[in-house]
Amino acid sequence: MEFTVPDELRYAESHEWIETTDGNVRVGISDFAQDELGDIVFVDLPSEGDELDRGEEFGVVESIKAVSDLYSPVAGTVTAVNEDVFDEPELINESPFDDGWMMELEPSEGTDHLLSPEEYRDQI
Amino acid sequence: MPLNKTPLHQLHCDADADLTDFNGWEMPVQFDSIRTEHVAVRESVGRFDVSHMGEVRVDGPDATELMNVLTTNDVEKLDAGDAQYSCILDDDGILLDDTVVYRYPDRDGYLFVPNAGNDERMANRWSEAASRRDLDADVENVTEETGLIAVQGPDAVETVDDVAAESVGDLGRFSTIRTEIDGVDSLVARTGYTGEDGFEIFFPASESEDIWQTFSDVQACGLGARDTLRLEAGLLLSGQDFDPESEPRTPLEAGLGFVVDLSKAEFVGKEALVEQEDDGLDEEMVGIRLEERAIARAGYPICKDGEEVGHVTSGTMSPTFDVPIAFGYVETEIAEIGTEISVEIRGREKSATIADQRFLNTLETTSEE
Repeated sequence: MEFTVPDELRYAESHEWIETTDGNVRVGISDFAQDELGDIVFVDLPSEGDELDRGEEFGVVESIKAVSDLYSPVAGTVTAVNEDVFDEPELINESPFDDGWMMELEPSEGTDHLLSPEEYRDQI
Repeated sequence: MPLNKTPLHQLHCDADADLTDFNGWEMPVQFDSIRTEHVAVRESVGRFDVSHMGEVRVDGPDATELMNVLTTNDVEKLDAGDAQYSCILDDDGILLDDTVVYRYPDRDGYLFVPNAGNDERMANRWSEAASRRDLDADVENVTEETGLIAVQGPDAVETVDDVAAESVGDLGRFSTIRTEIDGVDSLVARTGYTGEDGFEIFFPASESEDIWQTFSDVQACGLGARDTLRLEAGLLLSGQDFDPESEPRTPLEAGLGFVVDLSKAEFVGKEALVEQEDDGLDEEMVGIRLEERAIARAGYPICKDGEEVGHVTSGTMSPTFDVPIAFGYVETEIAEIGTEISVEIRGREKSATIADQRFLNTLETTSEE
């Protein structure tokens, strides 16, 4: 099975993606990760203003099959969370890179430590 | 140890199903999505490969006596072609497995279906009991040579009728007939594990691929949907909701007293159950409905007023009702339906209510917005 790995994003080994726009970053989970989990039914996300370290648990995504922790790919302060996925967690299955995004951060570090799309493709 | 594979394993791989290890068997957990498969069974029809289930055949002049002494339900009530749900206990009344006992429609003897991974142990148990009690019965583990699929859902009758040599629509619940499915000699039983109408079809393992393909228009369903369906229907899973090692329970504690016939002269475990019935239960199985969005999974503590009063054995998000549901054991004092409890999920207490575990009969579907 072929998974979508958009070229403009960077990836964590724990299957989160990160998109950088105007210095802010948006975080979600990859197409591979949503497929592994299957039907997602519940998401727990941080609050605006929370400060996260790199690799810190920022929430939980739960599918019928399994529960999985979410890890912040970079350190930073939470500036927004996607309220839509609380009511419609299936957005993460249907649109993991767009409507199913999870949070935005004002990062306190760069993204060079993360995987490139090619490196992430090799991992999955 | 390499995993066992059903005769349909290659077809499941070709269908790109997600596979999982289940009690020593590599089985499809989902073909499309658990929700899609679940909805197919509730609203139309789905097919399951359940060839991982055991099959043990018991023949001989003393077959009835042997079956009766090793299972809790009254086997003498079975006419030819009848089936019954039953329990298999140890001397202490602890559940070793649950099973369906089929009396063959067309020949003497019985077929019983232990859960996946238990077939060898149960066949040995039967053989040893026969020789110890000097009973004239032949016990044969026919798991490997037997294929088994389930066709379940409101459209199951129509679906099976299309390919069966004889009509199956008039077959009663827990009844079986011997007929041909697309030309293959099969035992067709109106039984299942989904809470829906449907059939379980036994046939020679060598015919498995042909039989499976016969139902190629029917949604293929994996163990994921099998689990959500059985949970909504209030049906227990051996090895999870009770288990001789990790969750030792009597059928009375597990809410399976309805298949225990204490009026039978003798069966293994009877004395322990009689004693427990006199003493009363300390803990019992209940249904749980969570009031918050989170899944109560096996092992999570159940609390009442800050005190731990039990634990969860199975839980999921109900695809039909869109609420989290679970089974668990709690102290008998709080087992009454409607009691407010909480389930500790990742360190936080989530509100929940004791509910009738037959959620399918008692919950109401939320309307789509």
